[in-house]
Amino acid sequence: MSFPHWRKSTVSDHAHPTPVAHQFDDREQQTEVGRLGMWLFLATEILFFGGLFTAYLVMRWKWPEAFAVANSKMDVTLGAINTAVLLTSSLTMALGVRAAQLGRGKGSFALIIATMVFGLAFLGIKAVEYARKFQEGLFPGPGFVFEGATGRQVETFFSLYFMMTGLHALHMVVGIGILTVIAAMIRRGRFSPDYYAPVEISGLYWHFVDIIWIFLFPLLYLIHPHL
Amino acid sequence: MSHETAVEGTNYLNNGYSLRSWFLTTDHKRIAILYLFTIVLFFFVGGSFAVLMRLELMSPQGTLVQAETYNKLFTMHGIVMIFFFLIPSIPAVLGNFLIPMMVGARDLAFPRLNLLSWYVFVAGASVTLFALVTGGLDTGWTFYTPFSTSYSNTRVVPAMVGIFITGFSSILTGLNFIVTVHKMRAPGLTWFRLPLFVWSLYATSLVMVLATPVLAITVAMVAFERATGIGIFNPAIGGDPLLFQHLFWFYSHPAVYIMILPAMGVVSEVIATFSRKEVFGYRFVAAASLAIAVYGFLVWGHHMFVSGQSVYAGLVFSILSYLVAIPSAVKVFNWTATLYKGQIWFQTPLLYAFGFIGLFTIGGLTGLFLAAMAVDVHLTDTYFIVAHFHYIMVGGAVMGFMAGIHYWWPKITGRLYPEGWAKFSALVLFVGFNLTFFPQFLLGYLGMPRRYYHYPPEFQVLNVLSTAGASILGVGYLIPLIYLLWSLKRGKVAGANPWGATTLEWQTASPPITQNFPTTPVVTSGSYEFPALEEVHSE
Amino acid sequence: MSSFPLLPDQASANAGSIDALFFALVGVSLFFIILITVLLFVFAVRYRRGNRVDREIRRKDNLKLELTWIIIPTLISLGIFVWSSYLYFQGKTPPADAMEIYVTGKQWMWKIQHQRGNREINELHVPLGQPVKLVMTSQDVIHSFFIPAFRIKQDVLPGRYTTEWFTATRVGEYHLFCAEYCGTSHSGMIGRVVVMEPMDFERWLATSGNNETMASAGEQLFRTYGCAACHQEASSSRGPVLAGLAGSAVKLQDGRTVIADRGYLQESINDPGAKIVAGYSPIMPTYRTTLNQEQLNQIVEYLLTMDGGVAATARRN
Repeated sequence: MSFPHWRKSTVSDHAHPTPVAHQFDDREQQTEVGRLGMWLFLATEILFFGGLFTAYLVMRWKWPEAFAVANSKMDVTLGAINTAVLLTSSLTMALGVRAAQLGRGKGSFALIIATMVFGLAFLGIKAVEYARKFQEGLFPGPGFVFEGATGRQVETFFSLYFMMTGLHALHMVVGIGILTVIAAMIRRGRFSPDYYAPVEISGLYWHFVDIIWIFLFPLLYLIHPHL
Repeated sequence: MSHETAVEGTNYLNNGYSLRSWFLTTDHKRIAILYLFTIVLFFFVGGSFAVLMRLELMSPQGTLVQAETYNKLFTMHGIVMIFFFLIPSIPAVLGNFLIPMMVGARDLAFPRLNLLSWYVFVAGASVTLFALVTGGLDTGWTFYTPFSTSYSNTRVVPAMVGIFITGFSSILTGLNFIVTVHKMRAPGLTWFRLPLFVWSLYATSLVMVLATPVLAITVAMVAFERATGIGIFNPAIGGDPLLFQHLFWFYSHPAVYIMILPAMGVVSEVIATFSRKEVFGYRFVAAASLAIAVYGFLVWGHHMFVSGQSVYAGLVFSILSYLVAIPSAVKVFNWTATLYKGQIWFQTPLLYAFGFIGLFTIGGLTGLFLAAMAVDVHLTDTYFIVAHFHYIMVGGAVMGFMAGIHYWWPKITGRLYPEGWAKFSALVLFVGFNLTFFPQFLLGYLGMPRRYYHYPPEFQVLNVLSTAGASILGVGYLIPLIYLLWSLKRGKVAGANPWGATTLEWQTASPPITQNFPTTPVVTSGSYEFPALEEVHSE
Repeated sequence: MSSFPLLPDQASANAGSIDALFFALVGVSLFFIILITVLLFVFAVRYRRGNRVDREIRRKDNLKLELTWIIIPTLISLGIFVWSSYLYFQGKTPPADAMEIYVTGKQWMWKIQHQRGNREINELHVPLGQPVKLVMTSQDVIHSFFIPAFRIKQDVLPGRYTTEWFTATRVGEYHLFCAEYCGTSHSGMIGRVVVMEPMDFERWLATSGNNETMASAGEQLFRTYGCAACHQEASSSRGPVLAGLAGSAVKLQDGRTVIADRGYLQESINDPGAKIVAGYSPIMPTYRTTLNQEQLNQIVEYLLTMDGGVAATARRN
């Protein structure tokens, strides 16, 4: 691929950054404000997911046997692959932020695209998992099928599974959308070592979504010893 | 000064008259006005539900409305008043208008998010109103499970969606305020030079940002459970109804501090200005705001003493609930001490502030009754609770809102309201309020449960008194609506600082120019340095 | 004509002590309300703008004063907390010889089952001076059993038993209210508690109900629904031995140990898969749709009184 506009993309004076917004005194204030805003937003997200984690912990404490049984239906291999995919995407994201910080337009663009690709891969694998669960009759609701005395609580496990991973997947979709915008902005040469804040705060968001998964994976997939 | 001709020059109000300039504004002051219209509208909607309820309750076995309708009325009264009036009221109107000015900034940190928060608010309100109008909701504003998930025949799912959406408005507002206060203070404006209103709103914003997401996920779970029939909360299918209560109250208790802290901030400003004296114990009052916000997260179980919650959990929540009252007491004592050796000027905002202090003190002290578990067993779910929270929410928060609206009216509009009418309606409100809600304390101890459509005849006299008070209260709220609107065209021109106040917003024009200050102010002293009075203002 | 009551009747042993605490709280509140009101008034008038008084201010804050008005309210609060917690624990600790009565709440009525077999709807007859423990549950949504004259209230939950107790100290009739909003006829879910002299109560029991106690009705159900087929006396039975089970510790398959209280017994019938006893298979079917709550109560009562049951032994004394 060649990017004709980027012949001198590593030179900052060809960058076309967004002007500093009128309420700020300087770009530094704007950057700090953006960072603090994103950290606060992530704090709200912790509380948001926290409600579901609380429900999960309470239900698991109440029905340990049912949860262990339900867990045996989970595909640990796919879950583990997804974990590796997401961790790798965080690596490419971090490297992409670093590249933007260094003014490397082509490098940061490639890394952001890689991050998005990994994100899409994650969602694809998730879709495969969901489809399998549907087929096996493990989606909660009228079509739910499970033999055994603990059937209803197994259904509860799966409703939590779908709610938690579904909410997480929704956040991934939003993240990919954000990265699309960032990639477009990189392409248009908007960033430079003096101004790369949007890349950085998008990175924060992406890492957060990754961390949520790091908690989801063991709780949802690793209760029951599988090996 | 008070007889100048009409305000000259461009200000934020006449800087563009098109619909687009208002509905696509990013000016925090215009957004505050947009919010003002919406919340006042909801106040009267919620108030009309209350009127119908009180009329029904005049007779013990009355049939003004059907039981199902009554249940919808109290549910919708609660939802509209809490989510669409009280929570946004002071923060989204006065906070939006004043925070940037009080810190010497041109706008909030995220002006477009600010506008988005109003649209999110309107969207959430529309969805909720849609639910209300296409069948209503009868779960109570507390939507306890399994009634709300599995038994109610009303529009639970759309109402949950509406409230879910509205919550994000709160989160965006709080986020904006926190970042603004941290990062956009004018040169020289250190934390301990900030006005106490800013401290109060900062503490409020912490609660908005951290508590609201929990409510959001909880109502989402309720909607999900109702829509799909799987069980997190319904014991018939293995769920736990107490889990719902814990999640719900984890937000809804801090929510009451979202509603009262801003009003306390208004009272601090009004007491300072109309005593011409810094609030006594400034640092303690500032710290008390933060303490209330933090402690407020630790006491939610006091709503659940008879719920089946463990006795030991109850003990912990009980003792913490006493401790959360202490910072509020500290504020009341400090406000009182501020008046000592002040220059007291009896203007309407100060009257409302006095009303706040008296009524909030009563409401807060009745909270001690409820923190006492043994007494709470008798009082919970009765009219004592209804009286307790209305003393704080109406006698406290709404009076604080009225104080703030009157105090900052000249700044927002450039006009003064008619002082005589204002004082009169403050008095009417005070009398009407007490007549409405004091009898409810008695009803509660006598054992009249809340949310009761019919009741035994021996409770009638107190109910009639309460309804009589409510009619006076209604009048007391209509009068300001009229004279405030009147003052927009016919009120005396106010000038930049009719009250002789010292905080930054008063050091610029009324109404302010769009960018608030011609140049960024540089701050060299605290917010409450009052110069000596050369001459007494004769009003 | 109509009196203007300010207090409900004091008809239980603890009502007086609750009222005493309530009045103490009223006293503390009045003190602070009057203090603040008077100070506000006095300061506002004395220091009114235009009044010539000494306004020389020495300090803008006063650490000692702040500490005083933090520490004193804290101490008062702690005092009330200790007093209230003591009363609360009393209210949560029924005496061992309390008479047990089952209460089932459902939209929109209260169903009462006396152990001796009498049943009532929206009425609760109890003897004077005898501790009574209510064992309560709900068939549908959360309700709350509230007797203002006794100063007691307790939510009743579906799928669980909750309890409250009292000792009635005055003969008479008192309000019974549902105090947790439960739908259309929440305010219609009311009734009366009738306190009778012990002799009158005995007479009432004898004449008003059938002769079959809850436990014997439960025993009949136990046979009718085939429980005995799996739950036999022999140690080779397919299901755990139930004689003597009630009140004892049970080891579960996953290693936990639970006490076989009423809640456990009810859960085992409605949701057998929830807790599998160690050494047994999860083959018991659910009886959730077969038995109604009153029948469940009867079976639970039967299980509690089965030979050797710990609870039964305790209660017989």
